[in-house]
Amino acid sequence: MVDMTAPVDQEQTQVDPTSEILGVEERPWQTVVWNDPVNLMSYVTYVFQKLFGYSRDKATKLMLDVHHKGKAIVSSGSKEKVETDVARLHAAGLWATMQHE
Amino acid sequence: MNPWQRKGSTIVGEMDRQEAAVLRGLVSQIEDMLRGRADEAPEDELAELTGIRTGPSTAPDDPILSRLLPDFHRLDDDAPSKADLDSAAALRSLHEPELLDQKTGVAGVVLQTCPESGGRIRLTLEQAESWLSALNDVRLALGTALDVTEDMPDELPDDDPRGPHLSVYHWLTWMQESLVHALSGDEM
Repeated sequence: MVDMTAPVDQEQTQVDPTSEILGVEERPWQTVVWNDPVNLMSYVTYVFQKLFGYSRDKATKLMLDVHHKGKAIVSSGSKEKVETDVARLHAAGLWATMQHE
Repeated sequence: MNPWQRKGSTIVGEMDRQEAAVLRGLVSQIEDMLRGRADEAPEDELAELTGIRTGPSTAPDDPILSRLLPDFHRLDDDAPSKADLDSAAALRSLHEPELLDQKTGVAGVVLQTCPESGGRIRLTLEQAESWLSALNDVRLALGTALDVTEDMPDELPDDDPRGPHLSVYHWLTWMQESLVHALSGDEM
């Protein structure tokens, strides 16, 4: 029988505080969006504005970088943040990956 | 089909019966593919207990599904690093269930709001956003199947079997463009 009143001897999972703050040791991650032949320029611009809150000008510039250069770095930061950004871009149908700086 | 128009917080469109049938058919097919992939998720007792779902750790073989469910890292290098392969596998497994939910969800919104016999369509802004995402998925699927390129011509030679499908693709492209502009508040 499990005794809920007695202290439970458990291994505590340590949350690494440095994963929350970007220390010197942790290299930032980057979100990369790649050009593809299907996605509309207007749609890509719209997605960048909507997901990242970028101005129309900034979103357009990033979209044009994707279009003309083949790719663009659209956000950067902690692994967790970039991972979330990539997942949201996938949901919007963009071809996005993450990489170390 | 008429261009989408924004009227206050409603997005209004109109489609004829044939257009509605084509769109509904395509969206249903995508939905089926996505559900098929969701069924492939590994069965996990731990997942049953914790409610934390995991998905497959490798990309789908099917090119359409593969485009709809991309890797988190580029792995098309000649020799991707083990670190990248492992990381991509873990991230896919973690995120794919939710991605599938989102995509089947928006497909469902289109099927619920696009009348089978065509006619006037009135969407909330939220529904319109779902249409935008679903239309994009259908275009990705069709585009992959048709092997479209950046400078795809409006028409293909008569003997190219992709011809009729390409015109559907171009129609959907126009529809998505129209919807982006309606949602952005642009004049088309």
